[in-house]
Amino acid sequence: MSDIYDILIVGAGPGGMAAGIYGSRARLKTAIIDKGKPGGQASTTTEMENYPGFFRETTGPGVMGEFEAHAAQFGTVFLKGNVKDVSLEGEVKTVTTANGDTYRARTVILAPGAEPRVLGVPGEGKLRGKGVSYCATCDADFFEELDIVVVGSGDAAIEEALYLTKFVESVTVIVIHDEGVLDCNKRSAEKAFAHPKFRWVWNSVLEEIQGDEMVEGAVVKNIRTGEKQTLEVNGVFIFIGSQPKTEFLKGKIDLDQWGYIPTSERMETNVPGVYAVGDVRVKYLRQVVTAAADGAIAAVAAEKYLEGHVEGRLTREDIEKLTIGS
Amino acid sequence: MVELNKENFEAEVLQSKGITFVDFWSEKCEPCMALMPEVLKFVEKNAGRAKFCKLDTANNKRLAISQRVMGLPTLVFYKDGEKVFTFDPAAIDAGGIAAVQAKLDELV
Repeated sequence: MSDIYDILIVGAGPGGMAAGIYGSRARLKTAIIDKGKPGGQASTTTEMENYPGFFRETTGPGVMGEFEAHAAQFGTVFLKGNVKDVSLEGEVKTVTTANGDTYRARTVILAPGAEPRVLGVPGEGKLRGKGVSYCATCDADFFEELDIVVVGSGDAAIEEALYLTKFVESVTVIVIHDEGVLDCNKRSAEKAFAHPKFRWVWNSVLEEIQGDEMVEGAVVKNIRTGEKQTLEVNGVFIFIGSQPKTEFLKGKIDLDQWGYIPTSERMETNVPGVYAVGDVRVKYLRQVVTAAADGAIAAVAAEKYLEGHVEGRLTREDIEKLTIGS
Repeated sequence: MVELNKENFEAEVLQSKGITFVDFWSEKCEPCMALMPEVLKFVEKNAGRAKFCKLDTANNKRLAISQRVMGLPTLVFYKDGEKVFTFDPAAIDAGGIAAVQAKLDELV
């Protein structure tokens, strides 16, 4: 243990990296810790055409690479570690990784993001990595010239289904709504409806994934008629939203009933000096552009908080003397 | 790490005595690329305890499927050419490389 960061950001998705850019550009000692490569969920999607200014053949990993370079250029430190524990009360907060590394900071910006939600149907867990997937870019290659189903009709489901058409023989989309009703944006819906590789099963849910060592079929139930049919497919891609990665924050800050973090307009959590940004927040729209905006707001709010603490309260030097013998 | 392909897989893995570790990965798979530095550290730390191999599934899709791998990243332990334990993407996400280390310690 040595340095005390002004801002320590947990998670290197677009929200965390935008906070890094604003924090380090304000000449605050800023670090971002993440277990993997910077980019978060955005780096697992290729189709990305709605981040302002990036529309010429841009991809998720491409835009996230630019975010990373931008933050690094202003001096943001990228740390590697899987954060397992935090201590958020008081003037100096600590963040501890699974390896036992501990980092200290005067403010913490939580940007752990979300992960794909699992459906919870029979066969889903057993066949994960054997035909059940939540990541089209990871696994598309395996399904060349095979038939697959996609569950869901939001932006992620339809955009990833469009990506998968480059590989597979056919994509059957299982949609809970009435015929013609999708949750995704109109542009993606138009593309999908016009695409020859798409098939649609309306008013239906996936009930079971069949197969022993590999996916062999998907049992689909019509919620109007109760009728069931089994589709012969080798792949099941599930895109039914996300769940926040806040297990390590339980009991440390307020979470809502689904595990998301409620914040003020300034991204403040209920703990002073602790902020939350991106998909982990309670919010209306979870996108790269809104995550980035959250990051900017949180970094500026943290800067104001730190100024408050410097004037008339403890300076960084004072804190160094007072805290944990290191 | 031994680079596997359809020519050498039989000899390097299926005919190999003792413990063989195979990292199924591809460049397009971001979680695989994120995991790679940790895998390399794991391999370095355990040098000599097992045979360590990697298989780029982009060029060896059929081979991966023949090993019942259709999702990335996947890490598999073989013993005397028989598959004995598979870390699927969910298991890797949950347990990280620490779980893989524990499994190796148990196997050797």
